[in-house]
Amino acid sequence: MSSKENKPKPFYIISSLVENKPGVLFRITNLFRARNFNIESITVGITEKPDLSRMTITTRIDEAILDQLVKQLRKLIDIVEVEILDVNNTVYRELALIKIKAKDFTNRNEIINFANVFRANILDIGIESVTVEVIGTPDKIDAFKNLILQYDIVEMARTGVSALQRGE
Amino acid sequence: MNNPTMSEMSGAKALMYSLEKEGVDVVFGLPGGANLPIYDALVDAKFRHILVRHEQSAAHMADGYARIKRKAGVCLATSGPGATNLITGIATAYADSSPVIAITGQVPLNMIGKDAFQETDIIGVANPCTKYAFQPRCAPEIPEVVKKSFYIAESGRPGPVLIDIPKDVQQDVTEILFPDLIKVRGYKPIVDPDLSNVGKAVELLLSSERPIIMAGGGVILSGAFSELQAIAELIMAPVVTTFKGKGAFPENHPLAMGPIGMHGHAEANRIILEADCILAVGARFSDRSVGRFDEFGKGMNIIHLDIDPAEIGKNKSVDIAIVGDVKSALRTMVKMLSKTITKKNTENPWLRRRKELIEYFSENIKDYPRELTARKALKKLRELLPPESIVTTEVGQCQMWTSLHFDVISPGTFFSSTGLGTMGFGFPASIGAKAARPDVHVVDVAGDGSFNMTENSLAVSVLENLPVIVFLLNNDMLGMVAQWQRTFYDRRYMGVHQKSCPDYVKIAEAYGANGIKAQSMDELEKAIKNALKSEVATVIDLTIDPEEDVYPFVAPGTGLKDMITGA
Repeated sequence: MSSKENKPKPFYIISSLVENKPGVLFRITNLFRARNFNIESITVGITEKPDLSRMTITTRIDEAILDQLVKQLRKLIDIVEVEILDVNNTVYRELALIKIKAKDFTNRNEIINFANVFRANILDIGIESVTVEVIGTPDKIDAFKNLILQYDIVEMARTGVSALQRGE
Repeated sequence: MNNPTMSEMSGAKALMYSLEKEGVDVVFGLPGGANLPIYDALVDAKFRHILVRHEQSAAHMADGYARIKRKAGVCLATSGPGATNLITGIATAYADSSPVIAITGQVPLNMIGKDAFQETDIIGVANPCTKYAFQPRCAPEIPEVVKKSFYIAESGRPGPVLIDIPKDVQQDVTEILFPDLIKVRGYKPIVDPDLSNVGKAVELLLSSERPIIMAGGGVILSGAFSELQAIAELIMAPVVTTFKGKGAFPENHPLAMGPIGMHGHAEANRIILEADCILAVGARFSDRSVGRFDEFGKGMNIIHLDIDPAEIGKNKSVDIAIVGDVKSALRTMVKMLSKTITKKNTENPWLRRRKELIEYFSENIKDYPRELTARKALKKLRELLPPESIVTTEVGQCQMWTSLHFDVISPGTFFSSTGLGTMGFGFPASIGAKAARPDVHVVDVAGDGSFNMTENSLAVSVLENLPVIVFLLNNDMLGMVAQWQRTFYDRRYMGVHQKSCPDYVKIAEAYGANGIKAQSMDELEKAIKNALKSEVATVIDLTIDPEEDVYPFVAPGTGLKDMITGA
């Protein structure tokens, strides 16, 4: 879901509490679609209250558009709360699974060493590949991914960001 | 809280009771397979059902009704094509913030998602053009869903709500509870404005030399007519309106300047450029009203008052934003202003400039040189029509001519499809308006292209005894498209000629309505007088020249300063 525009736009984490019922995700993503805003990642999961889900969306858009987007989201009746998280005052994590081509012992050892530096876990080793689990901010995952690009990535799956504001 | 009532009944019956509890007195609809249980329950309902000939018209009728009553209008359709036919009408209501409740039948629950006969995912289709769409999954949910629908449709910034009821949910007989109170936790319309911002706005207005008020549709939706007039007269500010705000302020008032915009009044488009402070009330700075967003309001202070927070800064960044109900915010402003302003400033350079512009343009915009023109016809209509009459329009030249040449005197008696620009809207909407106000005349200023789209509503008008007047400015053309082809495409006409088909007098007569052809001012005058006395709908088929253009014109993508007057 990468943007075609060259200049990188600021990164925002939008956190919302939404009704836990069918059709809510559709209404929210349809709003992004109708206004041509790109969703970089989206995660949804239940909260401590069974009738509310937390939806965390990351997006790269201009600040003026962000303001408009949040107002539009707030208008959606299924959204109970929505806020932009201040990245500096937020804990946020993403999990990535990366299957990396590793033809021989040397390759495998190098990848395992890199994984250790990034505190990533090796989940699986096959004859021709190593599967690594990396947890961190999207930047950290990008950094790890860039490092192991030299070995060819067979497959990659990222969860998207989960985030909470820091405690007082 | 009153004691909730409970009894055993079908979902369809519960729907009828729920609608009665909301005070519904009329619904516009068309039956089909998936809403037959609703139609069966309608037999015993306490409110009126008006059978339409096409579902699109049912939605427009509900919309016209809602705009005049200022409460929700209800339309019914079956599943699939019935429901999708409603969509144009729902989207029209959404674009103009009109509270329409659309109730559709749906295939039974166990058939949903199986591509059943006449199945459409209408919840998905309606999503971008409704405030909300409900699908009750069992009969006991119906009363709560109806109550929530009316609340959502009518409160805050109004808008359409769809209720899609599967057939088995309509049929299901069970114990049903009718709640008196409902809560929608994700919906919190802001009503009371922030007083400190109101105070700042008042200070800014008092310190400006050339204030202007730009009144939008929000004034009409909140019924803030007397408040608007009071504030204008206190600060002696000229009042322009958006097209949707036309009639928010009496257009014969000494401070009235008429609508701005693509086909706004020349003096209104000019004076707003010369103001130093704009008070925009219930307006959304649409492209059709302000031209280019970047040029509009440059070097001026803008105060924006609107009930929808998402409108603040959407098209135009503003200096002071007040979010809240227009009526209550204006009332507060009037109170604050009355304390400061002891003597009205009736004579100043700004008001002289206003007069100067009106005089200049009245001399410099010439009428099209024919005996019978749209402009003369509309001025004649104004002369003969009682001031409290309701006027609506179709879309295109007929609509813009009405904006320019028909003065709305009694506030809130004019509406049109201003946002979506739906051809075919005016005629069914006028029937809906007539159902809301049978005591006044209702006129649809139509063009031949638009009227042709929903003319079968003549059957509804005649059979349901809702006589309206269709003031058909017939230039035998899709006139606005022809004007653009003339102006921007070197007169290369394509797809605009109607070739005198059909004969609108005969069409009217075929439906049992009154059809009158008018080809001169004399004939027109007689026709209007005849129509005002008629007990059935009258179509006045008025022959006008196909080359008569609408001026002034602010071409798309240009600013109000680039207005072409056609002089």
